[in-house]
Amino acid sequence: MTANSITPTVADVAFGIRRRVLQHTIANNGGYLSQACSAAELLATLYTGLANLGPSAAPPVPGPFTGTPGPGAKTMNGAAYNGAPAADRDRIFFSPAHYALVLYAALIEVGRLEESSLEQFNKDGGTVEMIGAEHSPGFESTTGSLAQALSTAGGVALARRLRGDTGRVWVFMSDGEMQEGQTWEAVAALSHHRIDNLTAIIDVNGQQCDGTTPTVMTVEPAVERLRAFGAVAHEIDGHDPDALRAACAARQPGRPTFVVARTDPARGIPLLHERAPGLHYVRFTSADERDRYAVALKELT
Amino acid sequence: MTATEIVSRPYVDAFIAWAKDRPDVVVLSADLTNSCEVGQWRDTYPDRFFSFGMAEQNMLGFAAGLAREGYRPFVHTFSVFLYRRPYDQLAMSIAYPNLPVRLMGFLPGITTPGGVTHQAIEDIAVLRSMPNMTILETGDATEVETVLDAADSVDGPVYVRVLRGEVPRLFPRDEPFRLGVHRVLSEGTDITIITAGITTEEALRVTPLMRDAGLSVHHVHVSTHKPFGDAVIDDAIRRASHGVVTLENHTVVGGLGSAIAERIADAGMGQRLVRLGLRDRYAHGASKEYLMRSLGLDAMALTAAVEDLVGRPLGITADRIGAVHVGAVHSAAKAEAL
Repeated sequence: MTANSITPTVADVAFGIRRRVLQHTIANNGGYLSQACSAAELLATLYTGLANLGPSAAPPVPGPFTGTPGPGAKTMNGAAYNGAPAADRDRIFFSPAHYALVLYAALIEVGRLEESSLEQFNKDGGTVEMIGAEHSPGFESTTGSLAQALSTAGGVALARRLRGDTGRVWVFMSDGEMQEGQTWEAVAALSHHRIDNLTAIIDVNGQQCDGTTPTVMTVEPAVERLRAFGAVAHEIDGHDPDALRAACAARQPGRPTFVVARTDPARGIPLLHERAPGLHYVRFTSADERDRYAVALKELT
Repeated sequence: MTATEIVSRPYVDAFIAWAKDRPDVVVLSADLTNSCEVGQWRDTYPDRFFSFGMAEQNMLGFAAGLAREGYRPFVHTFSVFLYRRPYDQLAMSIAYPNLPVRLMGFLPGITTPGGVTHQAIEDIAVLRSMPNMTILETGDATEVETVLDAADSVDGPVYVRVLRGEVPRLFPRDEPFRLGVHRVLSEGTDITIITAGITTEEALRVTPLMRDAGLSVHHVHVSTHKPFGDAVIDDAIRRASHGVVTLENHTVVGGLGSAIAERIADAGMGQRLVRLGLRDRYAHGASKEYLMRSLGLDAMALTAAVEDLVGRPLGITADRIGAVHVGAVHSAAKAEAL
């Protein structure tokens, strides 16, 4: 598939994301699998027309890592996979960098990245890193220290408003980031400065490293919190593309838009429920378990 | 010597004039706008001024985003709130991608009566260890007035220790701040004194008395802490027959003294070094003069260190130091200043 071919459906892309991440998790005996389950429809919708992106401006198979940024350094930026920047085009800031494999899978499914790129995943000297950074496909900024993307995206959105750009700025976030104080500093600033060209989609899968979000540190009531900080906030079923599109269209002048997308971290792979609440990173405990996931891969729909 | 010229709020007019024809320069501020002398800037260029409230982590992220889009963000707050509270944001959102964000840090070191929470005593140490960061420090009114060109010439983030309020003019107006250029204020061969920021004025109070006591004093003023090290510094270290004294408005761990120690070791110069500054301790709220005296950052402390190195008393008293007026000093080493 290439970027010029017919846009695939959300369902096709979402299926492909889950399939690729599950395949990878089985092959490598580990992976951020539940994030593929929760975010598949969100990213599939974003990358199949919700975000107004130009054709990829990056090589279909990423080259080697060329070095860290510095004075005079020639570095690449993974945002090129989302198209060249243009005044009327959208930009995507991908905050939960540990979802990198999910993002790479999405880029492959929409024809922005070649399938063989995943052979470089987590390999020395490459850019297809396990926790992506701004040289990794699809990443515009370095977001692995969570909750920093929203502020950077806010600065970009402000700059684009000052310049008169018509394109939107998208931020894809995870719910655990609502525990960081910086997130709330950012929402306050976005509202205060009436930044309405920014839309954040939050994958509220209720999972984080230590367990379920309500047991670690609740972020609820998420919608009310966001509204109290001056944002437009919509709550949707995160597996419903129509609901996502409708929420992202329901904007208000002078206010940032947040979509609280309720998602299921086992969606499509019910076997994952057995591991709950330890869903943050899946590493199989036995060959038998791995075999059962191989069966789940065959049964994936 | 002529009396020291004291300039009131040199930053205010200089920054307004400098920004006039630079529409891409924007100011971000965190509720310390007048305290950082940009209130008048805000009133002059309201469309380019952005208030972020007491939320430095987010402010640095916004600065990163603006810089990514080609704007020149000048972030204004107290020094402590630029590196201590939002360290991770500074490192990951700004320094890693090497973005041209200008971090204008006010009240460096103990130049604040605000006490330990307001005293940036380890900023240079912390930021020296941060890749891609350039560190500048102003030592007089001329440097405050002219640091903007130097700061904005850097391809990457720059942290500046800015002096506010009543600032002495030590250097002639026609010798502006130049990136990476150290000022050789006097040339000598017995002792080398290396200072930065407010400690340069302190040294200038006592170096004439040291010369009167028969010492040949070499004095270098450092205004670029990072990148650091060049022929001027190496020469200053090598030429002193009795050793080197550094005096800094900062902890002795990781700042100017450490930079000199590293240079001595790296080049195998085997020179004696006395590092004056805060001796691995915090300070508390008090006047600048009291703190400089009690913490050993003043001319008397410098005198004692020099006496120790040369092994004889110099007959310098606080009364004699108090009688010295510091006038503008030309750099003695314009030719070597690269």
